[in-house]
Amino acid sequence: MEFPDDLRYTQEHEWLRLEGNEALVGITDFAQDALGDVVFVELPSIGATFASGQAFGVVESNKTVSDLFAPVAGRVTAVNHVLRDEPELVNNDPYGTGWMIRLVVTDREQVNRLLDAEAYRTFVAQQRT
Amino acid sequence: MLLDEPLVFERGAAGRIGWPVAHISESDTDAVIADLPPALRRDDGLAGFPEISELEAVRHFVRLSQWNYSAATTLYPLGSCTMKYNPVVNEAVARLPGFAALHPLVPDQLAQGALELIAALEHALAAVSGLDAVSLQPAAGAQGELLGMLLIRAYHTDRGDPRRRVLIPSSAHGTNPASAALCGYDVTEVPVDARGLLPARAVAAVMDESVAALMVTNPNTLGLFEEEIEAVAAAVHARGGLVYMDGANVNALMGVAKPADMGIDVMQFNLHKTFSTPHGGGGPGAGPVAVRASIADYLPVPRLVRTAAGLGWTDDAPKAVGRMRSFYGNFGVLLRAYAYVARLGGPGLAEVTRLAVLNANYVRARLCGTYHLPYATPSMHECVFSDRDLQDFGVSTLDVAKRLLDYGFYAPTIYFPLVVKGALMIEPTETETRETLDRFVEALTAIADEARTDPSLVRNAPQRTVLARLDETRAARRPILRWHRR
Repeated sequence: MEFPDDLRYTQEHEWLRLEGNEALVGITDFAQDALGDVVFVELPSIGATFASGQAFGVVESNKTVSDLFAPVAGRVTAVNHVLRDEPELVNNDPYGTGWMIRLVVTDREQVNRLLDAEAYRTFVAQQRT
Repeated sequence: MLLDEPLVFERGAAGRIGWPVAHISESDTDAVIADLPPALRRDDGLAGFPEISELEAVRHFVRLSQWNYSAATTLYPLGSCTMKYNPVVNEAVARLPGFAALHPLVPDQLAQGALELIAALEHALAAVSGLDAVSLQPAAGAQGELLGMLLIRAYHTDRGDPRRRVLIPSSAHGTNPASAALCGYDVTEVPVDARGLLPARAVAAVMDESVAALMVTNPNTLGLFEEEIEAVAAAVHARGGLVYMDGANVNALMGVAKPADMGIDVMQFNLHKTFSTPHGGGGPGAGPVAVRASIADYLPVPRLVRTAAGLGWTDDAPKAVGRMRSFYGNFGVLLRAYAYVARLGGPGLAEVTRLAVLNANYVRARLCGTYHLPYATPSMHECVFSDRDLQDFGVSTLDVAKRLLDYGFYAPTIYFPLVVKGALMIEPTETETRETLDRFVEALTAIADEARTDPSLVRNAPQRTVLARLDETRAARRPILRWHRR
């Protein structure tokens, strides 16, 4: 299971990749594995704003339906429309083509408070026991 | 019977008919058709309709029915669903012509028998809940939840104290957050403790004057009785909130413990679970709601009232939340539930509860060394295991469920409740004999052995069903919703 070092993570199993003032958000390898085959992803409208920890969408798999939580506060500038027809990208490539939304980050300090790869790896190890 | 069974549209041959009718010629039918208004005629000769013999039709549907799993063929231990056997006498009662042919627009004075039955069922459910007033209108459990939330919203709004939050434990019934959200409430999840129970202090810690209600399922979806329910309710009441109970699991309470005594203010019943009316096929259910007197003003219209002229419906209820359902709810379901209650009486309902709890605990006791039991707290009417101890062999809950089909049993509920990873949730209900439970336990024990000695057998199950592992993922991602002739 991979947790790339250049990403930040949440305890709700989202990842965030900072790119200038913006950030890409998706769910982690651990999350997609736990969910099983993803069959539907509901994403917000462009322009929507979310507080840190607020639900921005829903991911549905064969097993369950889960909320997606914004890792940091921000305004949505893009969503991955490809997931509408190819939700399997979340399983096949969670950190790449399976990304979900792009946000303009309103508070950089919130990014610093997210878990780094090492801390997330430790957190996931605890989840398994 | 492992027969390949094509769709009825793929059977038959052009011109084949079910049964020839003597003395009616083609010119006779042409004459009848000619009398029809042109708009009602179709000139495509019923293109695409199956043309099959009567025997083909009979065999087709009987074969399909033989592939079904149902309480009529096998133990159906779907946890949280209460798939008990529905006595046939309830069906006979529901088919009595006086009920079956009764039109909902018949004047009240000509339907006094049916209205008396509705009144008696309202009374019976009030007695089971310990609450004061009942509406039989909601058509299903989730609609009952929605009505409960609408009543709670009306209650607070009427007091000039509209509130915006609803507390829901992580062990609640799955539809609860949706019902609260549909009413415009923000949902706050309250985690259960290591015993799988809701601690009163956890509720008190998040309770304030912005909280309209707590929605609690008792017993919760782990099949555990909320031991601190009175203190939980007191914590909610202390800050002006109401306590809603999802009654999906009343099969573990009725006749023995009254929700009103636990501090519950509003609850729904699932007649199609606890009160032995058919469910599982997507057909009609019934989710009556019971409330305390302080909330009764908001119950939906029409309301059944007794006057000197007898029973009748009235819309005169200015504070009512409106109407939830056409007419008076699913009367056929109410009828079956009444037949069930009338036959058992109070002591009979209590005996049902005790047997349901006994059966679940028997299964739990016999399997607890074989499957991992995540919560050791005593069970009520259902028990929850997990696949933790099978993971080393590469066998999952899904595999165990599939393999059970080979043993002739329907599978338990799997991967729910969400608080247990790889959950296997078993609710045998009171209608099973000890012999059946023993065979079920032995099947699950054999599967656990197979998982260790021959895991691929379990991973590739089932082998004895008509179809094995359907591609559920492809069905969900690329659904084909219409049949097209090849």
